[in-house]
Amino acid sequence: MSNEVVLSVRNLSVVFHTPDGDVVAVNDVSFDLRSGETLGIVGESGSGKSVTASSILRLNNSSTASTTGSILVSGVDVLSADESEVRRIRGSEVAMIFQDPLSALNPYYTVGKQIAEAYLVHHPEASKADARKVTLEMLKKVGIPNPEKRIDEFPHQFSGGMRQRIVIAIALINNPKVLIADEPTTALDVTVQAQILDLMKDLQVEFNMAIVLITHDLGVIAEAALDVLVMYGGRIVERSTVEALFSEPTHPYAWGLLGAVNSLESSGRGALVTIAGSPPSLIALPPGCSFNPRCSYSSDICRTEIPLLRAVGTQGSVAACHLPEGDILSLGRKAASR
Amino acid sequence: MFMFIVRRIFFAVLLLLAVSFFTYMLFAMLPSDPAALTCGKNCKPDVIAANRIRLGYDKSLMEQYWLFLKGIFAGRDYGTGAAAFSCGAPSLGYSFGQHECVTTLIAQTFPVTAYLSIGAFVLWMLIGISSGAVAALHKGKWQDRAASIFTSIGVSLPTFYIGLLVLFSVVIWLQILPFPSYESPFVNFPTFLRTMILPWLVLAVLSAASYTRLTRNGMLEAMNEDFVRLGVAKGLTTRIILRRYVMRQALVPIVTIAGLDFAGLLGGAIITESVFSLPGMGKMSIRAVVESDLPVLVGTTMVAAVFIVLANVLVDIAYGYLDPRVRVK
Amino acid sequence: MSSGIALQAIDLVKHFSTGSSGVLGRATNIVQAVDGVSFTLPTGKTLGIVGESGCGKSTLARLVTRLINPSTGSVILDGVDITTMSGKSLREMRRKLQMIFQDPYSSLNPRHSIGQIIGDPMRIQGIVSKTNEKAEVQELMQRVGLNPEHYNRYPHEFSGGQRQRIGIARALSLRPSVIVADEPVSALDVSIQAQILNLLENLQKDLGLSYVFIAHDLSVVRHIADQVAVMYLGKIVEVGDAATLYSSPAHPYTKALMSAVPVANPSLRNSDKRIRLVGDVPSPIDPPSGCRFRTRCWKATDLCAAVEPLLQPDATGRAVACHFPEAGPVSIG
Repeated sequence: MSNEVVLSVRNLSVVFHTPDGDVVAVNDVSFDLRSGETLGIVGESGSGKSVTASSILRLNNSSTASTTGSILVSGVDVLSADESEVRRIRGSEVAMIFQDPLSALNPYYTVGKQIAEAYLVHHPEASKADARKVTLEMLKKVGIPNPEKRIDEFPHQFSGGMRQRIVIAIALINNPKVLIADEPTTALDVTVQAQILDLMKDLQVEFNMAIVLITHDLGVIAEAALDVLVMYGGRIVERSTVEALFSEPTHPYAWGLLGAVNSLESSGRGALVTIAGSPPSLIALPPGCSFNPRCSYSSDICRTEIPLLRAVGTQGSVAACHLPEGDILSLGRKAASR
Repeated sequence: MFMFIVRRIFFAVLLLLAVSFFTYMLFAMLPSDPAALTCGKNCKPDVIAANRIRLGYDKSLMEQYWLFLKGIFAGRDYGTGAAAFSCGAPSLGYSFGQHECVTTLIAQTFPVTAYLSIGAFVLWMLIGISSGAVAALHKGKWQDRAASIFTSIGVSLPTFYIGLLVLFSVVIWLQILPFPSYESPFVNFPTFLRTMILPWLVLAVLSAASYTRLTRNGMLEAMNEDFVRLGVAKGLTTRIILRRYVMRQALVPIVTIAGLDFAGLLGGAIITESVFSLPGMGKMSIRAVVESDLPVLVGTTMVAAVFIVLANVLVDIAYGYLDPRVRVK
Repeated sequence: MSSGIALQAIDLVKHFSTGSSGVLGRATNIVQAVDGVSFTLPTGKTLGIVGESGCGKSTLARLVTRLINPSTGSVILDGVDITTMSGKSLREMRRKLQMIFQDPYSSLNPRHSIGQIIGDPMRIQGIVSKTNEKAEVQELMQRVGLNPEHYNRYPHEFSGGQRQRIGIARALSLRPSVIVADEPVSALDVSIQAQILNLLENLQKDLGLSYVFIAHDLSVVRHIADQVAVMYLGKIVEVGDAATLYSSPAHPYTKALMSAVPVANPSLRNSDKRIRLVGDVPSPIDPPSGCRFRTRCWKATDLCAAVEPLLQPDATGRAVACHFPEAGPVSIG
């Protein structure tokens, strides 16, 4: 199995034109994704991670959003291609699953019909019987018990975990190269979350799929990702392997996140490590580095000049921070220690 | 599901019984004397008294009501001896002004109301839903603004005003159509069409307005739903998404409200029928009010009530069919 | 007056009926949301209640605060039975027991200024007069970390974390002794969660508050709670002090719950010590006979189906409702 690049995002920027002003939701995001690998994108609300995800399939509303840059999938630039070309890619080469499985399924049709629909739109020569057969196999594969009976049931008749499995079935029915998972487990119970993450890992191996996993939960990242992008205020502030992120994070925001999670998971009762302040308003981003108002290490240059991503350390990490490399590495190691 | 229907019908029957009781009592307690209408201006008191007995108005209110109720199922006999006559079941009483069984009168006038209602209904659904859809798909642009102007006009202007305006401009001033003169479609179809086209349009345009708004808002809400986004992410064409995802959701409340509106219309579109001189149930009701012909009023009220109660039951059942989440197990 | 027990629940049961049958609509499909729950909250301490969706923890929160009435059972607040209180005494009770809600976006009236939201309870209950209401409200705002000058602003002008602070200030406005917090940080970003948790802990220390803290996030509960109760399908399956419960969970469900939480440490990935539960949570309308967890438990035997295990507290106050409790520490994370 070759480790080819299946998704290539270059200089993606998304600006929403609202009555209150222009919101730069995504600012100059670039990354590559290779087959069989999982890229995690972690960030909090307003970080731009969800808008990045929906841009890959050109799901943003074109009348209110301006999207620039390029997104290459199988040699096609999704952002500049025809509508028909993009429709061909959606659901077949690149598939997406959303956060809330209850609202993601059409309540008026049976789950069997919805899965078959995804198959038939990309296999127009197939018969309804073929589609039903493929649907049944897929239901078995995602672990729905008693699929022959449940295929004709409606989404509201399933539990949250089961519905997410159905959403996964719809996404994988055409054997996509890339799966975009936008907070797939956030709305699920913890035990169900574990089941779904396991299912996704198994299916990834079976289909040799690349996954873009978007989440705010560092535990999920540690569990499932190979490489990680940390986003803040619409930009990538750090990119590293998952091991490097948890042993030697290279951005103050990542230190804050890790500190909060670690102090929470430790058994001590002391005050939790926090990041002061709140996530920035995307209409009125602070000048310079958008994290600087909340950063304990900011200096004058941080307030005037936006830091560019640069290589830091020996583990292949890249960070957008003005601090000198030596400081970054020592502060990072300190933040990661438990 | 079956028990659900049985239960709804059971309560519907109870409701109709209550409606019949209150309607009858309400009209019976009015200060006019129905017997006094039976023989015109130069009535002698003993003729009136005789008629009163003949028609059963000397009995107590409860007894009258009971006879009325019985009449619906078994027909009713009036008077005795040579002057006796009867109204076959379902008897809703006897009209003095028109010297005819109420049921017969309703049977004569209802088809006109029905044709008016059906034609208007079809037109207004077509106009309303398509203009609402256009507005939703071109949100914020001129089509949307035009639709909201149309909606405001339709909702604010009274029927009699628009009806008279249309009648005046089309028939009298522009002389495009002759004066409306109703004839049954089986007798003279072209005249039927020429008569009905204006009232259909007037009713339709005025009622369509709220459906324009309903459709527009329903579609816009549906387009924001997650499952519609997923549909797009599956690679479905816009047409399929509009049909199976957006419209499917938007139409559910529209269909149910339309059912109720239609039923209301079947009770008699009083103003439209009057303006366009259509011999329907609505026009008959107005005449009965003017003439204090109470039996006719009781009869038409009951008929209207039956349609509305029936429509409610059907709409409840239909809703369960349209929205799987609501289905009673 | 009781000695040091702020709140007690005794055998609380709440059944909801959904669906009906027959012409007259008899109730069928009884949802046994809370089925015999008892707990004790010592003064100044925090009791954490964890469980997944459908376990009844939110219903329990509403039962204990008398927002809904129990089908059977009783609630004792500071030695006084408040289960059947009504009218004036219920309103007075509310001064001692307050609630914080989960969703900061829907739990504040968008048409009231935050001055009103925080001040109204105080004024209506007669704790402050109109003249010093504003000063009191602003002092509270400062205490929870809000800028007192934002007195006249509206909820939509604040972020999620700030709105939750407003909710906390509102709960504090009546100077309660017990606060029931129903998932107060679940809707917040991680970095904000930490701020709110720190605030709650500081308030507890400064004001001597007792908390019932309900959450589905195990790490959050472990951090803030002294005692933890684990709920499953309307019953408490295990209760004990936080440290012991997390290091050596005795009930199989507790163990599975803890091993399911993804730990922020990639080197622990694919550890085969992880327990994966099979299947879904059974319906609370028709829970399994005997032990409710048996349909997903790897240890279940016939005994489990026949006899429901009871929650028996031992000498240390630890209690497990299981015929075959686990022994020994959990060696994960």
